[in-house]
Amino acid sequence: MTINGWTQIAVFLAVILAITKPLGVFMARVFSRERTFLDPVLRPIERLLYRVTSVNEEHEMRWTEYCVSMLLFSGVSMLVLYVIERVQQWLPLNPQKFGAVAQALAFNTAASFTTNTNWQNYSGESTMSYLTQMAGLAYHNFTSAAVGIALAIAFVRGIARKEKETIGNFWVDMTRSALWVLLPACIVYALLLVSQGVVQNLRPYDTAKLVETQQVQKTGADGKPLIGSDGKPVMDTVSSQTIAQGPVASQEAIKMLGTNGGGFFNANSSHPFENPTPLSNFLQMLSIFAIPAGLTYTLGRMTGSQRHGWAVWAAMAVLFLCGVATAYWAEASGNPLLHGADQQVSALQPGGNMEGKEVRFGIANSALFATVTTDASCGAINGVHDSFTPLGGMVPLVNIMLSETVFGGVGAGLYGILIYVVLSVFIAGLMVGRTPEYLGKKIEAYDVKMAMLVTLVFPLIILVLTAISSVAKFGLTSISNSGPHGLTQILYAFTSMAGNNGSAFAGLNGNTLWYNTAGAFTMLVGRFFMIIPMLAIAGNLAKKKTVPASAGTFPVTTPLFTVLLVSVILIVGALTFFPALSLGPVLEHLLMMAGKTF
Amino acid sequence: MAEKKSKSLWDAKIIRRALVDSLVKLDPRTMMKNPVMFVVEVGSVVTTLLLLRERQSFAFNLQITLWLWFTVLFANFAEAMAEGRGKAQADTLRKARSETQAKRLLPNGWTETVPSAKLRAGDVVQVTAGEFVPGDGEVIEGVASVDESAITGESAPVIREAGGDRSAVTGGTRVLSDVIKVRITSNPGETFLDRMIALVEGAERQKTPNEIALNILLAGLTIIFLLAVVTLQPFAIYSGSPQTVFVLVSLLVCLIPTTIGGLLSAIGIAGMDRLVQHNVLAMSGRAVEAAGDVNTLLLDKTGTITLGNRQAAEFIPAPGITTAEMADAAQLSSLADETPEGRSIVVLAKERYALRGRELASHEAVFVPFTAQTRMSGVNLDGREIRKGAVDAITKYLHQFGTVLPREIQASVEQISRSGGTPLVVAENQRALGVIYLKDIVKGGMRERFNQLRSMGIKTVMITGDNPLTAAAIAREAGVDDFLAEATPKDKMDLIRREQGAGKLVAMTGDGTNDAPALAQADVGVAMNTGTQAAKEAGNMVDLDSNPTKLIEVVAIGKQLLMTRGALTTFSIANDVAKYFAIIPAMFAGTFPVLNALNIMHLQTPESAILSAVIFNALIIIALIPLALRGVAYKPMSAESLLRQNLLVYGFGGLIVPFIGIKLIDLLITGVKLV
Repeated sequence: MTINGWTQIAVFLAVILAITKPLGVFMARVFSRERTFLDPVLRPIERLLYRVTSVNEEHEMRWTEYCVSMLLFSGVSMLVLYVIERVQQWLPLNPQKFGAVAQALAFNTAASFTTNTNWQNYSGESTMSYLTQMAGLAYHNFTSAAVGIALAIAFVRGIARKEKETIGNFWVDMTRSALWVLLPACIVYALLLVSQGVVQNLRPYDTAKLVETQQVQKTGADGKPLIGSDGKPVMDTVSSQTIAQGPVASQEAIKMLGTNGGGFFNANSSHPFENPTPLSNFLQMLSIFAIPAGLTYTLGRMTGSQRHGWAVWAAMAVLFLCGVATAYWAEASGNPLLHGADQQVSALQPGGNMEGKEVRFGIANSALFATVTTDASCGAINGVHDSFTPLGGMVPLVNIMLSETVFGGVGAGLYGILIYVVLSVFIAGLMVGRTPEYLGKKIEAYDVKMAMLVTLVFPLIILVLTAISSVAKFGLTSISNSGPHGLTQILYAFTSMAGNNGSAFAGLNGNTLWYNTAGAFTMLVGRFFMIIPMLAIAGNLAKKKTVPASAGTFPVTTPLFTVLLVSVILIVGALTFFPALSLGPVLEHLLMMAGKTF
Repeated sequence: MAEKKSKSLWDAKIIRRALVDSLVKLDPRTMMKNPVMFVVEVGSVVTTLLLLRERQSFAFNLQITLWLWFTVLFANFAEAMAEGRGKAQADTLRKARSETQAKRLLPNGWTETVPSAKLRAGDVVQVTAGEFVPGDGEVIEGVASVDESAITGESAPVIREAGGDRSAVTGGTRVLSDVIKVRITSNPGETFLDRMIALVEGAERQKTPNEIALNILLAGLTIIFLLAVVTLQPFAIYSGSPQTVFVLVSLLVCLIPTTIGGLLSAIGIAGMDRLVQHNVLAMSGRAVEAAGDVNTLLLDKTGTITLGNRQAAEFIPAPGITTAEMADAAQLSSLADETPEGRSIVVLAKERYALRGRELASHEAVFVPFTAQTRMSGVNLDGREIRKGAVDAITKYLHQFGTVLPREIQASVEQISRSGGTPLVVAENQRALGVIYLKDIVKGGMRERFNQLRSMGIKTVMITGDNPLTAAAIAREAGVDDFLAEATPKDKMDLIRREQGAGKLVAMTGDGTNDAPALAQADVGVAMNTGTQAAKEAGNMVDLDSNPTKLIEVVAIGKQLLMTRGALTTFSIANDVAKYFAIIPAMFAGTFPVLNALNIMHLQTPESAILSAVIFNALIIIALIPLALRGVAYKPMSAESLLRQNLLVYGFGGLIVPFIGIKLIDLLITGVKLV
């Protein structure tokens, strides 16, 4: 670890801190339908949209209507994406003449982008036409993020409102998320990325003649190297290289800002056309946390307890620092089994474990990126998590297991951590000698029931599906390493999909019938089965009376509360996943220390 | 019941009964009500059945199975202990309910003797000295001293008389002197005594809202752990290290929140029981919970904040009236006034002006009693119309005749009020004679208690019939946050509604019939046992000692109940961390010796580690029974400090204690070669 590395991490957090308030204030104004500087341009567009779609913007929805609207919207747009994928060969903007996406993969991808997961069982540059990328995938990047923000705002309204039946209008919230928050930021951001060298065109792929021909192993249809009859790998001579092109910058912006994470290219943000420079790398990490961090301020502002917003922010920051410190330490320590290899930091080399990392980012920025992308439900990567050391790779896994509440996905992070707040308040709230209350709202049986339903989704789908995959043949054939590392691959895949993260541990072949189907199911359940009870709590909270705060009220604005919240998140996560983790990355780490690798 | 107060936690008779009950409670139909412990019971049954089949490591499996059963039994024992204390009380009460003969009055004036069980609401009975009151009712004629020790534990007899706020009598109490006629107000089986027995026995106990919510949380956690343990087997198979059912069930039982699950209902019952120890009967557990949440306490000034009796200290005559004249009028107006204030006026007149109490029957005197509406009392005799009352009441009275209060009197009234006293104006024949200075004495230590309440975020409001000036002075002296002066029942009601409208929970005490609507409206309404039947029915608690100060204790007990639940829940969840560190390495260290790195307690063998965790998990229930029954220590302080303290003790403590406990048990069982 270096001073330089730590400084970059510190600067990153400081910038996040600095943008929290301005973004939070802006979003609070947008969703309270107060005037903003963008109104002169956007209000006419907004009104036009409502007129065309006959949305009554004054209409207020109960949680049930809000939920049904959201489900219908997601369902229909998922279907549209599926159809685009299946018929892309007949549609324009397909210079590489890609065929239709296979059924299971198309279903998996449609579910993946609708749920803001962006799990990719395909390589973008060899599967998706430009039209599919833009009208199908990028569209979902915008709408799934807008839906997430809308849901978080609806939840905040539930807390803030008193004795009201309604929590806002889904169509209005979503439209305003897209028009006011996501679009303007993405236009500026995409231009910034282009300035760094991110490509943006609709050209066919370039072909470059190699200066020197290369011998490479031939791979079969199953993705594994072909072995000849003599037992030696079949080699192929390569003299030219295809360089993929496309409308990357525009998609890259929303991929990060909307915490979607689905790369235009298979290599995601480690690809030089997606993420060419340290500056673009910094901007990408920043844009992952920007909206989630801002939303904590919006929470404080809309509920009238700014200090509560900051207490939640602080809990997120503490968990973020724990994660990044562990990952950075583990990666910088390198691999003890590489005797004689110089793993020390020097002017000439970054030191530590550089397997699977881009040289232009180094250890600190790869560890930071991996932490940020999994703290939030982004899932973009600038290095391969599979190649991290066991403990370094465990950090992204654990981050997702904590329900991505560390800033988290746009919107999803906020309502995710607020479910934990409800649980923390309920468990510890009794200890102040009152029935639990959260910002004046009594937390009662119904709220606890719904919060527990949210909490149950994760262990249910992650553990059960990982368990099935770890003993069934159709699950085991996809893993590329044996032993605890293989278990981690499966566990990571289902955790990533359930958490709507979408980052892959790599190494696992997800493009099989089982993983495509079970994965799509996992992503849909992981998104919507959490949202439904979450909205139920919002609706129920909105109905309640508010108990005025007094010295006897459970404090949700103090450092003590931050400590409590962090502990509850860690303990609930640890208690659920400790057995699985101890047979995966923990065991792998201990075995590595004893000299055995996989 | 007084002797109950000193009953120790570990009374041999209660323990014997609890031991039997904990076996009876193994009935799955009973266990189902407690999802956490039901899972443990199912686990115990499964291991017991497998025990017969599995020949390998029989001694270990047997011990695991036994300790799983002990876990269930210990939880049942905790609940039975809590119930046992109530049952012992119920037995005492039942003796008081024994069948008595009642003398029912017939319409023709004769009486007939019927068994008390035959009495119906509306019957009128006559009770003479030495007889038991056959049922709950209201005295409609006569006055008698009654021994209510069977209900209240208080041996000094109390006066029960027709009319007013002391007319209620309870079945099972004994008339010591005189004869009274009582109109029965409840049917057999629905009497106060019946309800009380049902309450202390816990027969009618329903889960309170917070208890239900907590149960949902615990059930949810149980499902999560069930998933974690069930899916662990495939992971273990993948890793080439499958586990036996005994080990998996052990892990499950250790993880699910058995500590709080086993003690939850005991905590609830014990909370009600603690109220009973304070001689307060809560009609529902809900009321006890609400007591913890109270934001506003309405406290009657008299008897709660000040010593009940205000004493007449001085007569201040109006200009042109001699002190003797005024004293005479004051005494006449008070002769029939049996309130302590009235008596103190008679006494003052006698001591200072040598005026003796006179027999008024010959003068054809007509007494005008005090009513909440006129707020005056007095006497009409020989053409004199003497009234005394609060200053605004007398002003209104004089206003009818077109006279006003002389400025000098107004000045003395204000003077007295400002100094915290109570002025009573005496008027005769439409003319104000002067002011009686009643002195109020604030009880010691009240200021400190109100400060504590304030630090807990509870606002105290003093309710008084005094005028605003007097009220303000006493409020200042006592240190209450607010006061309601010249309070009529309607004002009281409005205040409660206003507070509740702002989302606050209100507690109050009351005894009179006109308190009944407010008692019913308040979230916690404590009726005084000396009060009327109407008041007792309206409130959700009855204070057998009739001590209005007890409202503060009631709030503390409510808070303590909730805190105990929260503390043990936190403790229970925090415990799991250590159990993981004991069991997970033990499960897999055979296949992967490197996992011994997680065995940070250095437990001797895998068997001893698992067994120690299971034993700790069972014993901690027993160890915490006293805490569950007594409640966690509670001192009034701000929520922030309470949370910090309890998080440290039960959260952090819950993390540490099992590490030590499991290690000690491991040393012990390997020392005596159990494994």
